[in-house]
Amino acid sequence: MNTTKEKLIKLLFTAAAFSSLALLAGIIIVLFREALPVFNFVSPLAFLGGESWYPTAEPPEFGVYPLIMASAWVTAIALAICVPLGVGSALYLHELAGERQRAVLKPVIEVLASVPSIIYGFFGMTVMAPLMQEAFDLPIGLCALTAGVILGVMATPTVASIAEDALGYVPRSFREASFALGANRWETLVKVIVPAAGSGISTAVILGMSRAIGETMTVLMVAGGAAVVPSSVFDPVRPMTAAIAAEMGEAPVGGEHYHALFAIALALFLVTFVFNIAAEFISRRYRLKLGLAR
Amino acid sequence: MLSVTLENPAAGAPSGAVILNAGGTAEGDAVGVEPKISARGVNFYYGSKRALRDISLDFAPRMVTAIIGPSGCGKSTFIRLINRMNELVPGTRLEGEILLDGLDITGPACDAAELRKRVGMVFQKPNPFPKTIFENVAYGLEVGGLRDRLALEERVELSLRKAALWDEVKDRLRESALGLSGGQQQRLCIARCLAVEPEVILFDEPCASLDPISTAKIEELILELKRQYTIAIVTHNMQQAARVSDRTAFFLMGELIEVGPTGRIFKAPRDKRTEDYITGRFG
Repeated sequence: MNTTKEKLIKLLFTAAAFSSLALLAGIIIVLFREALPVFNFVSPLAFLGGESWYPTAEPPEFGVYPLIMASAWVTAIALAICVPLGVGSALYLHELAGERQRAVLKPVIEVLASVPSIIYGFFGMTVMAPLMQEAFDLPIGLCALTAGVILGVMATPTVASIAEDALGYVPRSFREASFALGANRWETLVKVIVPAAGSGISTAVILGMSRAIGETMTVLMVAGGAAVVPSSVFDPVRPMTAAIAAEMGEAPVGGEHYHALFAIALALFLVTFVFNIAAEFISRRYRLKLGLAR
Repeated sequence: MLSVTLENPAAGAPSGAVILNAGGTAEGDAVGVEPKISARGVNFYYGSKRALRDISLDFAPRMVTAIIGPSGCGKSTFIRLINRMNELVPGTRLEGEILLDGLDITGPACDAAELRKRVGMVFQKPNPFPKTIFENVAYGLEVGGLRDRLALEERVELSLRKAALWDEVKDRLRESALGLSGGQQQRLCIARCLAVEPEVILFDEPCASLDPISTAKIEELILELKRQYTIAIVTHNMQQAARVSDRTAFFLMGELIEVGPTGRIFKAPRDKRTEDYITGRFG
């Protein structure tokens, strides 16, 4: 029967659509269930504020502050790289590049975003780290700065691509109005187009940031791995993601260390979740502002 | 051929320029006074497509010249040449000359940004910036280098008053311009244009997206503004042309068919095609 067939297809598609919702719910449930027991043996304050991460010592210490700081530093360095580079590329693409240049550059930038992170990590280890070691006369080139730079380069295409889209959403009539009032190209860009694309550009930055914060393989390879609160950008560090990836294999299931790693994962999840929601919120408000309902 | 020196483009019309009018003035196109703007033998191309054919048209100072014609006849393209907006479209080419106070504005010797401060434009769809009402009006002034807060405030108020918008917005100058109605937005765009103190204002179908009441307000405003400014208005609304303009030019398929005093064009058109258009036989 036609209608039963239709119903079946409808059901299948509905199930497909809702499966991601179910998966997300599952992930959240597991994260919370496995993470919360950590507070049976360490207080939330000692967990987040403790400066010693010795999960396998006797007795173990579960202070994730050094890991949080490592993530924060590396992400901050990455942002310092990817924001100017990404937004700069977007402005170039949008404003200066000709039609033909754009047609080549934009896809190239997007391909750059799809290079597997292990390749960036490999590049960081074998090229970047020795360079750093030499340039700054360091005992070891694997440090917060190296990791931050590599992450920044990785996040640049994301920022560039989304920021360029945001600039493209700015209606042409704004540009015409500005020119008609005697503004030149530069004034139009700085005073009209960039502010009008402002929230779209912030979205790009937030998404770039959440990419940098969640990145694991690269930081595992190039950040140096020391779980110590960094005092300079040349210190080796162990960001949260690297700690989970490196230690999960040796943490006995159901043990204190295991639960502590899950708690880190939960914290990471919440941070990136908030970033993504913020990005979505800002970009929606911005489209409404420009009258581009969607 | 008369040669025009470009040594002093900012000054008013040199008295010698009067003769220019005697030159290639088409039949029926004598404006009687020295024209503010004078297009001579203008051809315009989008790529290889010829959009305008040999247009010669004068605009009298402090008068409203309406350009009418069916969609795609080149009327918008034509007025966008007067403030060089078409330069923003890649692949276009212009032949002929357009004189403002007797000086050619089409060449590289004329700075487009400076020209646009003298020749303002109001667009088909109200296009205020996503900024506050105040910032919108102050924009052209700030770009022009005016920084003094008090002077800015004065000029903004004056411009809004001239655009008959002040009373409606004086208590909400710090609010977004996008919160205004369509008609108010268009008057804001007029105020924004007036703030720069242009000599010429180009209206490109300014009422195309407005309701009749807002349209009436804009028309009233245009009549008010012509005391001080030279105005060109493109419209596909013939009643509007009849109501606001002193002179009317009829364009068809990139050609200027006929131009003359508005009353004459509507009562006694000389060309059959003009008559057909204004009597509603096509377009």
